Amino acid sequence: METLITIILDGLQYSSYLFIVSVGLTITFGVMKILNVTHASFYTWGAYTAAFFIGQFSEMGWPDAFGFVIILVSAIAVGTVLGYLIERGLLRRMYERDEVLIVLATFGLFLVLEDLILLVFGVNPYFAYQPMALLESVEIGGITRDVYGLTLIGVAALVAVLCWYGLNRTNWGKLLTAVIYDREMSEAMGINVTRVYVVTFIIGAVLGALGGAYIAPTVSVTPGFGVDVIVLSFAVVVIGGMGSIPGALIGSIVVGLMRAVAVHELPEVELFVVFAIMAVVLVFRPEGLFAPAKPRKI
Amino acid sequence: MRKRKPSSRLGVALVAATLSAMAFSASSVHAKDNIKIAVPAFLSGGAAGPFGVPARNGAEIVIDAINTGKLPAPYNSKGFAGATASVDFVDESGGSTKQVAEYRNLVQKRGMDVVIGYISSGSCVALAPVIEELKTLTVLATCGTPRVFEEKSRKYIFRTMAHATADNVAAAHYVTSLMPSVDSYTGINQNYAWGQDSWRDFDLSVQHLKSSAKASKKLQFPKIFAGQYGTEISALSLDKSKLIHSSFWGGDLEAFIFQGAARGLFKKKKVVFTVGGTAAYRLGKKMPNGLVLGARGPYGILVRDRKTALNEWFVNTYKNRYGTYPPGPSYQYGQAVLATKIAYDKAAKAAGGFPTQEQVIKAFTGMEFESFSTTVKMALGDGHQAITENGYGITKYDNENGEPGITDVKFFPAECVMPPQGVTSVDWIKGGMKGAKC
Repeated sequence: METLITIILDGLQYSSYLFIVSVGLTITFGVMKILNVTHASFYTWGAYTAAFFIGQFSEMGWPDAFGFVIILVSAIAVGTVLGYLIERGLLRRMYERDEVLIVLATFGLFLVLEDLILLVFGVNPYFAYQPMALLESVEIGGITRDVYGLTLIGVAALVAVLCWYGLNRTNWGKLLTAVIYDREMSEAMGINVTRVYVVTFIIGAVLGALGGAYIAPTVSVTPGFGVDVIVLSFAVVVIGGMGSIPGALIGSIVVGLMRAVAVHELPEVELFVVFAIMAVVLVFRPEGLFAPAKPRKI
Repeated sequence: MRKRKPSSRLGVALVAATLSAMAFSASSVHAKDNIKIAVPAFLSGGAAGPFGVPARNGAEIVIDAINTGKLPAPYNSKGFAGATASVDFVDESGGSTKQVAEYRNLVQKRGMDVVIGYISSGSCVALAPVIEELKTLTVLATCGTPRVFEEKSRKYIFRTMAHATADNVAAAHYVTSLMPSVDSYTGINQNYAWGQDSWRDFDLSVQHLKSSAKASKKLQFPKIFAGQYGTEISALSLDKSKLIHSSFWGGDLEAFIFQGAARGLFKKKKVVFTVGGTAAYRLGKKMPNGLVLGARGPYGILVRDRKTALNEWFVNTYKNRYGTYPPGPSYQYGQAVLATKIAYDKAAKAAGGFPTQEQVIKAFTGMEFESFSTTVKMALGDGHQAITENGYGITKYDNENGEPGITDVKFFPAECVMPPQGVTSVDWIKGGMKGAKC
């Protein structure tokens, strides 16, 4: 029982981390049909910005709780600035191009942004442990858990609810759904698709940056630490169905729980399990578990 | 008596001059003002902060001091056999293939006389055949794999620190001798050659030194740079083992320490970090007390307080210049540079002038010297691989001085933690560490 509770909590915590990062990626793909490798840069820049300012404000004697405000502001600032610049500066010139070219272009930009990290923040690590230390730890299922890690589950749930509400209960969501299904028809109906693209890309970028900023207090923020996350995010998005928000949620939970089972019961297959799930899904449902339906055009 | 013609005399003189120039060249007694040294280290990516930049800095202060003759005696002569070194620091990032291309570029196009450095075992293994092909003196500074000299005999390669076997054998000695209550152990190591080899050596050594100790069947090998260890920490917390072995380094090490500390892991379990020394200064007060730390030899925090002229010079010069104490990689790179100077000077003394590369190699082979923090013997790999003592200690923050500290430091002799000449590391440990002088 002790192990079962631990596996579930570990799985949910890891799923939450994966969901926050991958939901931005899947929104961008769903609307704009681009596989955006720079999503990893949003994650890294979000983490660096949050860690830097948490450290600075902590040194100035601000309360540790202010770290949570910094996390949110960093994610919004990084996502908005980088998202806007990348969408307007690079992607809008490439929408009509081959998808592979867009992947290569965003990969190139990802490498540039990784190097920019070194120029701006240097090679030394940043530590922003204050928010995690503030929340201390609790005993659940016989082992100690840090409360900060558990709040990740709440943040992911909040992001999921906001995404669902935004898509299903707002006018903006209806416009977005229309663009997802048929861009040309949406344009013909008077929807400003360019604006939808910019806003969508920025939302995706903010979510990527939020993932990095929220994780920052639990890690040593060092160059290159965002590389791995983009690979896992792609796996989650492929499993759930590219462009599907429920798919990203289910994909994250499946990957998180299966990984937790593997780490606890059969650690040798931990690396293998995520991609094994992806391979199985691709064999039986190549479009992913929850891929959005495609309208048939005549 | 027949008189020689003037033209004939000129010809004889030319031949004589040519022959004497050749002889002069062969014994290489001509002076040289400058030698070109390349120092590769990770200057970007995740390994730059904990390893690459401190390594570069360690090399820099020693090269500068050698060029100006400001090293403490007996190394206070100027230059490498009198020649001033011009140094190029190059980035080791980008993988083995890139390093091979970069090495060819350094030697064939940029004409380096010596290459000193390399942190990654991947770089060292990939470069070894290329170094032998290009016949250029190369001194490996930090990379740990025993394979470089155990797989093949090398002529142009030297390594001035002990290889990775020593880290894990010493860890096993420390744990079994100073922590008698430890009767079970598990591990969390990165899932690549470094992590797997480290665990293998530690496990085999513990089994030899304390056969009653039981290893866990659920070993954790997360992907390198995974960053998130919540699930692994839960699994380690639930594991019944009393001790955790880890060869984590860099950002992974620091992330694991942060996350483990928040989860109370280090209060429940004893943990030995074989490369933990690199994190001590970086984490400062955030480093939990009670962790067993190694520094890949007698370097960094383990030897900060050694009162020798060389060590005090190294620590003070580094701290004054970079604002922090030198961690292990700084010592290791500084040591490699120092060894090269000693070999050049020794060869020059024997040759009576600036030595050829062959003469430097001859002087380097089997050399024994006092480095900043320890005695280095080039005892393995036919005199190309160094052995040194290796040690561990337990973290305890020094509140009085406001700096990281370490207690219960114990060093094990070089001949205790390294195999003898002609035996591979794994065979030596499996065979019961025959010939070990502890």
